[in-house]
Amino acid sequence: MAQTTSLSKKQIQIIERLSNAMAISGDEGEVRKIILDETSPYTSSHKIDSLGNLLIEIKGKGRNRVKVMLAAHMDEVGFMISTDEGDGIYRFETSGGIDLRQLPGKAVMVGKDHFPGVIGARPIHLTSAKERKETIPLSSLRIDLGPGMKSIKPGDGATFGTRFQQIGQSMMGKALDDRLGVGILIDLIKDPPPNIDLQFAFTVQEETGLRGARVAAFSFDPDLAFVIDSTPANDLPTWDGEENHNYNCRLGEGPAIYRADGASFSDPRLVRLTEETAIKEKIPYQFRQPGGGGTDAGSIHTQRSGIPSISISIPGRYAHTAAGLARISDYLNTLKLLKATLKSIPANILEQERK
Amino acid sequence: MKELIRTLTETFSPSGYEHAIRSTIRGMIEPFADEIKEDAMGNLIARKGERTKNGKRVMLAGHMDEIGLMASHIDEKGFIRFTGIGGINLQTLFGGRVKFINGVQGMIGGEPITDISHSLVINQLFIDVGADNEKDCPIKVGDVAAFERPFVDLGKRVMAKAMDDRVGCAVMVEALKRFKKSPHEIFFVFTTQEEVGLRGAGTSAFGIDPEIGISLDVTRTGDTPKAKKMAVTLGDGPAIKIKDGGMLADIRIVNWMIRVAEKNKIPFQREILEGGTTDAKAIQVSRSGVPAGCISIPCRYVHSPSEMVDIDDVENSTRLLSSLMEDPIEL
Repeated sequence: MAQTTSLSKKQIQIIERLSNAMAISGDEGEVRKIILDETSPYTSSHKIDSLGNLLIEIKGKGRNRVKVMLAAHMDEVGFMISTDEGDGIYRFETSGGIDLRQLPGKAVMVGKDHFPGVIGARPIHLTSAKERKETIPLSSLRIDLGPGMKSIKPGDGATFGTRFQQIGQSMMGKALDDRLGVGILIDLIKDPPPNIDLQFAFTVQEETGLRGARVAAFSFDPDLAFVIDSTPANDLPTWDGEENHNYNCRLGEGPAIYRADGASFSDPRLVRLTEETAIKEKIPYQFRQPGGGGTDAGSIHTQRSGIPSISISIPGRYAHTAAGLARISDYLNTLKLLKATLKSIPANILEQERK
Repeated sequence: MKELIRTLTETFSPSGYEHAIRSTIRGMIEPFADEIKEDAMGNLIARKGERTKNGKRVMLAGHMDEIGLMASHIDEKGFIRFTGIGGINLQTLFGGRVKFINGVQGMIGGEPITDISHSLVINQLFIDVGADNEKDCPIKVGDVAAFERPFVDLGKRVMAKAMDDRVGCAVMVEALKRFKKSPHEIFFVFTTQEEVGLRGAGTSAFGIDPEIGISLDVTRTGDTPKAKKMAVTLGDGPAIKIKDGGMLADIRIVNWMIRVAEKNKIPFQREILEGGTTDAKAIQVSRSGVPAGCISIPCRYVHSPSEMVDIDDVENSTRLLSSLMEDPIEL
């Protein structure tokens, strides 16, 4: 099913830079800078709002243009230094949804200068069998930077130290949630569909409660919104050979279109338009399994008098861990589907029946 | 009134998919409203009356949506796994029937429960629509369903699925029909997506920018065997909300409702609901804040496929709402 086209060297480089950057919620400057570097030759202006969202507008041509907001979040899950205990040992808090079982033994980077460090773990030689069955509580975990890092202070951010790699037809790295979405929007800014007014929001603080998207949607006041994120693929075979019916979405099967998650229902008219476009253009797609979770659409669609929204995600395995894995084909097909769908938005879309 | 409730409750419209109920209600109220519109979230908004010198802009909200189920996976044998829309009580599902909005009907089955000390989880349940395999199954991931259960007239009481909140909608439809004269500009808003987080009420309140907000919704009762203590009883009249899990009703609204009920000799109860909330919460915190309250219709077995209300409570709720709208509002 995967298409044979691949990402250009330049596109891969951008995704690599984005994935390797550090931008925990509330401190998204590094990613913002990369986006501006990449997009400023293509745009006449931009705005950074009071919360740090990067807002870029590209006007279309022709009459009766629909105003479409496109959102992808810049922030990632990570850590924040809370106490300097001396000798390079630091206590920390988590930021966003972090599974504590994932942490011991992981390489991290800390602060603006990306100081390398490690979340320490007691080696197997010195632990009991019982201890190894238990999750180590956050209060017992430390980041170890070694002595001499005087410039690291409580409040400094930290994240996984993983370096991005392309592995054959896949991409492996940290923060693919949602740097892949950011990459898609950058690609779109470089080649925008001309029939609509585009309002790009690179949002902040998604991982801590969809906060940036809320204010971005209020100020843009669009007619409708597309949210591009990365959603977990839990598509490995089950241990007992039973059919896996909680896969959320599957790698390599194309963009995952949402109909509902814990925070919003995708507008049925937008779901229909997106699905019909995928079928017409022969772009592989899948429906993400409805259930919990939420994207920026959760806070966008209830702004002002309501903004019909849809989420489309690039499937990614191992989200919110040190290393996620996504398929290049899924990235390309998401970009393709988004472009084709935006191009085919009818001016009267909001007058259509919403069933 | 009973026929109105029958029509409204037997319509299938889970949250986010309110198309059918919206067109049903629209057909009922079109002759009585001054203006009708649908907003971006699908709320149905009927305006009635002009705001006079002594009047206010009043928003009434009853939600059109009902709890339901959404298909999350069709397995190789054609069984449908699902997730809930709104607060689904798993105990009420086993053996029940559902209807998808494309008309397909099915029943809810479950995997054998091998350990009764474990509580039921949604992953153990599935919907059987009589399909042989994934290919033949007429349902795809994301399709929504609601309970299939007809309205039954028990005399003084009636039961149906989706009484929450079609009975609130019925009260609003009836109040609009009986509307005589009012100093207020009244917006009858039939809201969407209440069961998943008061989403439609928040956006419609932003659009209307009302001076007073009142929701019409059901509330629980404490009158069934070994029920959790609650001072609301079926048949004792509309419950004037003072507090619920999401809102402290504006005390001036509470006092005004009580004054009007007493003046018109309408029976009423004072409601404190632990857990749960209504559209009034979203209206109350819209824009710069809106004085808000709620008239609750007492209802047994809320969020089960057979919700029961007392027809006198419905009538008295309608009377209370109509009386509230008759005169200038002094808070």
